[in-house]
Amino acid sequence: MLEIKNLHVKLEEEDKVILRGVDLSIKAGEVHAIMGPNGSGKSTLSYVLAGRDGYEVTEGSANLQGQSLLDMEPEERAAAGLFLAFQYPVEIPGVGNMTFLRTAVNAQRKSRGEEELSAGDFLKIVRAKAKDLKIDADMLKRPVNVGFSGGEKKRNEILQMAMLEPKMCILDETDSGLDVDAMKLVSEGVNALRDAGRSFLVITHYQRLLDHIKPDVVHIMAAGRIIKTGGPELALEVENNGYADLLAEVK
Amino acid sequence: MAVLAAKANALTARLEGMSLPKDGWSAPARKEALARLTEMGLPSKRDEYWRYTDPSTLTASQAAKAAVFHAGDEPPVFDGVDRVKLVFVDGVFDPSQSDDPVLAGVEITHLSDAGRADIHWARDLYGVLEARGQNPVPRALAALNTAFSTQGLLIRATAKAARPISLIYIHDSEGSDAMLHHCIKVESGAELTVLENGPAAARINQVMEVDLADGARFHHIRAQGRDHERRAVTHIFARVGAGALFKSFTLTANGQMTRNEAVIELIGDDGQAHIAGAALGDGVFHHDDTIFITHAGERCESRQVFKKVLKNGAVGVFQGKILVKQGAQKTDGYQISQSLLLDDDSQFLAKPELEIYADDVKCSHGSTSGAIDDTALFYLQSRGVPKSTAQSLLVLAFLAEAITEIEDEAIGDDIRSRLDGWLNRHER
Ligand SMILES: Nc1ncnc2c1ncn2[C@@H]1O[C@H](COP(=O)(O)OP(=O)(O)OP(=O)(O)O)[C@@H](O)[C@H]1O
Ligand SMILES: [Mg+2]
Repeated sequence: MLEIKNLHVKLEEEDKVILRGVDLSIKAGEVHAIMGPNGSGKSTLSYVLAGRDGYEVTEGSANLQGQSLLDMEPEERAAAGLFLAFQYPVEIPGVGNMTFLRTAVNAQRKSRGEEELSAGDFLKIVRAKAKDLKIDADMLKRPVNVGFSGGEKKRNEILQMAMLEPKMCILDETDSGLDVDAMKLVSEGVNALRDAGRSFLVITHYQRLLDHIKPDVVHIMAAGRIIKTGGPELALEVENNGYADLLAEVK
Repeated sequence: MAVLAAKANALTARLEGMSLPKDGWSAPARKEALARLTEMGLPSKRDEYWRYTDPSTLTASQAAKAAVFHAGDEPPVFDGVDRVKLVFVDGVFDPSQSDDPVLAGVEITHLSDAGRADIHWARDLYGVLEARGQNPVPRALAALNTAFSTQGLLIRATAKAARPISLIYIHDSEGSDAMLHHCIKVESGAELTVLENGPAAARINQVMEVDLADGARFHHIRAQGRDHERRAVTHIFARVGAGALFKSFTLTANGQMTRNEAVIELIGDDGQAHIAGAALGDGVFHHDDTIFITHAGERCESRQVFKKVLKNGAVGVFQGKILVKQGAQKTDGYQISQSLLLDDDSQFLAKPELEIYADDVKCSHGSTSGAIDDTALFYLQSRGVPKSTAQSLLVLAFLAEAITEIEDEAIGDDIRSRLDGWLNRHER
């Protein structure tokens, strides 16, 4: 599904290098987790995959289902099946959440050559999915993320993911800011989407989320590289001992 | 002294060959207006009030030519709105294209008939609010209009009008130079909506005097026409009685030069005055909103909401003032002027002012100038929304606060579709 090879990334405006040769291979249907100290480059990796400005890829490649992501516009990557749940979802004053969702869904359908959803059909689907995530009608009407609590913003990200039905879902610290019940809701939302044709990359600091969303593979990222890859037990090790031993091991 | 002499000379040149219409009830008002004008002279860019906008093309004795714009297949503005249509071509009323001016509870007559019929209520209004509005800042082009304009409507509403009156201004000749002067009186408890659209002429000087009796309601929605080369100076002078409502919204897309002035006086208690504008300019575009709102009554509310989207060297100007007079307690005044600069070549100049002589008031004002939010743009794109669509969404979001000032849903939707159309035609 997602094939990242020797990815090197620096900031466009400065000489700061952030990713120093990331290799990552996620097969269809798999769930991978990335853990790692603050500032190790996890969000940068997700932004570079999604196509955010400000970064320069100096080496390496990233392919989604065989298509090279790095030459595409962000909207083309989305249409190709990539989705990023932001660590910090963006507030857009003046654009209604519902308008935003419908514009996004229909833009993707259009780019795939499908017919746009009618207003009625769209409303039915969105209401059902919002209900599962306990997102009330008021939140759908309000401007995108404006005045939403931290947890509401994260649930809104998952609602977008559920509406867009992407192939490759990257969740950047979707668990941070969630209370225990919301964490369950969000995890159920994610698990409901799990199937043989869809993959997940879950960035998190806590084992707790991985109790709900069981990963197949866990990676540890440090200083812009994947320094260790293992099974779910690796997350437990981090939870119990922190990163010190792992970092020492590499050196 | 040199300045005064220059102003007097400019005025002499402007008035060359013009003679004051002498007949009928409007004659004394015209004489007084000419006297005011002679005292003021014509403005120049050395006047403080014209610091950001060079008035020379508006004051010149000859109007520059402006190509007539053909809108293509876009439906006419307010097409879907059930209304009484009154058409002016190059500033002259055209009965053949107009509806019968019949609307229950509303009298509609013409300024051009002033010589024949004595219209008492209009005599008490024509030039009266304009004259009041000359203090503290002179508005010479409005006085010029009162003195010489022979075209325009005298509209008096005595009940709630069932349909809007729609003034359609067609620009037909590339050399047209026009003046229009409307007087509108809404009596106590009556309600009226006036729509205006179109460029009117190569150059237009317009005055609208609006007198709202206690409890009257008045809605004004205008779309200034898409001709790229047209020049316009417009003035609204409004007097708002106790408990009355005044609402005005202007859409300006294109136009080489636009100066929209509004002078609104809240004279009774509990009155409301909202004035809003959305302006979109690409290239040769200078757009100036100059607003003066006076609070004289208690517990009045005023809102000024002006938004401009500028690209390719377009210039936006906002001069807005809230004056709260002594005794105007519990005043609620709000003013916001913002521009969205789509590139580095465009410019927004703003001069917000508050002058307050009462102690128990709430007044706020803000002015900002910024680019499209890149983070929001990326967020939308990352959800699959193409960049141009994402930009349009963000521009519309930026304009939303001004557009929501339009109360009527169908009219608001019409204006929104104009904005959409403009954005589609002016994609990067
Ligand atoms: N646009 C930028 N300008 C300057 N520095 C940046 C920029 N983007 C990322 N960085 C830096 O790159 C490093 C990696 O940041 P990144 O956000 O990818 O870390 P992270 O692993 O997601 O951290 P966290 O766990 O705290 O979310 C940090 O040192 C960060 O300050
Ligand atoms: Mg991060």
